[in-house]
Amino acid sequence: MVERILPTPDAGDLLDLATELADRELAPRANDDEARSRFPADVIRTVGRAGLLGLPYPQGDGGAGQPYEVYLQVLEILASRWLAVAEAVSVHTLACYPVARFGSAEQRKLLPEMLGGDLLGAYCLSEPQGGSDAAALTTRGVRDGGHYVVTGTKAWITHAGRADFYNVFCRTGGPGPDGISCLLADARTPGILPQRPERTMAFRASPVAQIVFEDARVPADRLVGGEGQGFRIAMSALDGGRLGIAACAVGLAQAALDYAVGYARERTQFGRPIIDFQGLGFLLADAATQISAARALMLHAARLRDAGRPHSAEAAKAKLFATDTAMKVTTDAVQVLGGAGYVSDHPVERWMREAKVLQIVEGTNQIQRVVIARHLARS
Amino acid sequence: MNIVVLVKQVPDSGAERNLRSDDSTVDRGSASNVINEMDEYAIEEALRIREAHGGEVTVLSMGPAGAAESIRKALSMGPDGAVHVVDDALHGSCAVATSKVLAAALRTLSPDLVLCGAESTDGRVQVVPHMLAERLGVAALTGARKLTVDGGTLTVERQTEEGYEVVTAPAPAVVSVWDTINEPRYPSFKGIMAAKKKPLRTLALADLGIPADEVGLAGATSAVVEHSQRPPRSGGQKITDGGDGGVRLVEFLAAEKFV
Ligand SMILES: Cc1cc2nc3c(=O)[nH]c(=O)nc-3n(C[C@H](O)[C@H](O)[C@H](O)COP(=O)(O)OP(=O)(O)OC[C@H]3O[C@@H](n4cnc5c(N)ncnc54)[C@H](O)[C@@H]3O)c2cc1C
Repeated sequence: MVERILPTPDAGDLLDLATELADRELAPRANDDEARSRFPADVIRTVGRAGLLGLPYPQGDGGAGQPYEVYLQVLEILASRWLAVAEAVSVHTLACYPVARFGSAEQRKLLPEMLGGDLLGAYCLSEPQGGSDAAALTTRGVRDGGHYVVTGTKAWITHAGRADFYNVFCRTGGPGPDGISCLLADARTPGILPQRPERTMAFRASPVAQIVFEDARVPADRLVGGEGQGFRIAMSALDGGRLGIAACAVGLAQAALDYAVGYARERTQFGRPIIDFQGLGFLLADAATQISAARALMLHAARLRDAGRPHSAEAAKAKLFATDTAMKVTTDAVQVLGGAGYVSDHPVERWMREAKVLQIVEGTNQIQRVVIARHLARS
Repeated sequence: MNIVVLVKQVPDSGAERNLRSDDSTVDRGSASNVINEMDEYAIEEALRIREAHGGEVTVLSMGPAGAAESIRKALSMGPDGAVHVVDDALHGSCAVATSKVLAAALRTLSPDLVLCGAESTDGRVQVVPHMLAERLGVAALTGARKLTVDGGTLTVERQTEEGYEVVTAPAPAVVSVWDTINEPRYPSFKGIMAAKKKPLRTLALADLGIPADEVGLAGATSAVVEHSQRPPRSGGQKITDGGDGGVRLVEFLAAEKFV
C-alpha cells in the first residue's frame, strides 16, 4: 500500500474508484489483450463512463475539476494494472488540452463530449522525418475558402484508427515553429487515412500507426488558437503530457516492485526466502527508494502546475527520472525472478518491454535533458 | 415509475467470514462489508427502467448504522434517495421479521415496483422477496433473468434449472433478480460526489409502529443453536505419475462427478 496525502476526501473516493476499476476491469484482461494485440475499447469506455477521461478539466466543461496532483495518482493506479489503458487516458487527456486551453467558445462546446468519455482523442505531432525535432514538421495545411486542406504523413500516432478526433499539427506558414498551426480534425474526415498498426516491441494493446493525410478538408473554424500558434500549443500540452507519462512510469515500476517483493518473500534458496539475502534485499530497497523519489518529483511538478507556476523543467525532470526508474526497476524485477522472470508466465518480462516505450514517447529522455539543460542555461 | 430497490450490506463473500461466538449472528464487525452482489443488479435494473420510463429510484436498506456506507455506495450508482431502517432492536432478526420491517417501510413509500436481489450472500435463504410480496398483497416475480415493463404490466423471464418461465403480473409487484439480468454499472466520479448530497432518511422501529419484541433475536422464528468452524482443508491427494497418472486423475474426477 502506498501512503498518500490527498487534498480532499473526494480525491480519496476517486482513487478508490480507480483502484476498483483497475483491479476488476484492467488487471484480469491485461495479459491476454497484450498477447493478442487487442485494443480494449470496451475497457476505455467503462473508464470513460466512470468519469476518468476528463479529470483535470473544469466541471463547467464536463470535466471532474481535479488538480493534476490527483489526476496523476489515478493514472498511476491504472498503470499499475495495465499500462496501455493508463496511457490511453493520458493521451486522451493530452488531446483535449489544446481545445480546453486555447479553443474558441464554439470549439469549447465540444468539450463535454470529449471529456465525458464518449469520444476518444489522439495527438498528431510526430512525423517520419521529424520526431525529436518537431518544429521541422512538414505536413501542410493550405487554406482553401472555409477549409484547410491537409496533406502529409504523421507517424507513431497512438489511437490511430481508433480515435474520434485528432489534433493535427501542420504547417500553414513558413519554416520553423512560427509556421505551425493546430487543427482539431474529426476522424471521419475523408482523406484521413490511418495505416497498418506498427508491430511494436510491447504495449501492443495500444494501437500506434502512421496517418496519411490526403487532401483532408478540415473546416477553418477547427483552427485551435491562431495561425502560427500550433507549436506553442503543442509544447504547452506536452508539459502536462509528460507528467502523465511520469505517472504511468511510477505505476508500472510500483507494480514490478510489488510483484518482485511478493516473489522474493515466497521463493527459497539455500534454505531461506531470497529476500533475506542482502544482495537481493538491497536491490529491492534501491528500487523502492527510486520509486518514492520519482513519485515525489512527479507530485512536486504537478503541484507547481496546479498552483499556476512555471513547471516545464520540473515536468521534464519527472518524466526523465520516473521513466528511467521504471526501466531499471522492471529490469531488476526480471532479475529477482530469475528464470521465471524471463518467461511470460509472469508479467515482469512484459513490463520490462513496456517500460522502454516510456523513455521514448512525448520527448525522448535525451530531449528531456535538452529541456532541463536549456532551462539551466537561461535561468 | 416509483421504484424501490432493496439493498443489504453483507460481509464480503471474497473475504474470511464468521458467525459471532456470543449469539451466532453474522459477524459484521470483522469482515469488510459490501453491497450484496445481487442487489447491484437490482439497482442497475431499476436505473435502466428509470432511464426508459422515467420516475424515481429509492434505495431501502435495513441494517446497522455501518450500512450507511453501502447505501451511499448504492446511491453513487444513480438512485435518487434512500431510506435506512436502523434500530438496535433489529439485531438478529430472522427472515420473517425482516420482511415485516421492510414491508412496513415499503408501505410508507408506496412503490410501483420493488426490486431486489434473489438472495443475499450471507443468509442465502431466498425467502424475503416472497414474504414481502405476501405481506404487501402483491405478486412475487422471483429469480428474474429479464424484466420488461409495459405500462402497468411487468413480465419476467424466471430462471429455472432447466431454462426459464415467462411470468406476468400487474404492478405493483416484487421482482427479485439474478446476476444474469444485466451488467451493473460502476459508479462514476460525478455520481460519487452527487451521492453525498442525496437524501438519506433513517427510520426507527417506532416510526414504523413495530414493537421491538416482534423483531431481533427476541422475536426470531428461527435460531442458530450452534455453529462451528469449517474444518481446515485436508492435504488433498497427490498423484505421482507412474505411467497410470492420467487414468487415476480421470478416476478421481469421475468419482467426484466432475466428468
Ligand atoms: C509507441 C509509441 C507511441 C507514440 N505515440 C505518439 C503520439 O501519440 N503522437 C505523437 O505525435 N508521437 C508519438 N510517438 C512518437 C514519439 O514521440 C517519438 O518517437 C519521439 O519523439 C522520438 O522521435 P523519433 O522516433 O523520430 O526519434 P529521433 O528524433 O529520430 O531520435 C533518435 C535518437 O536521437 C536522439 N536525439 C534526437 N535529437 C537529439 C538531441 N538534440 N540531443 C540528443 N539526442 C537526440 C533521440 O533521443 C533518440 O535517441 C510515439 C512513439 C511510440 C514509439
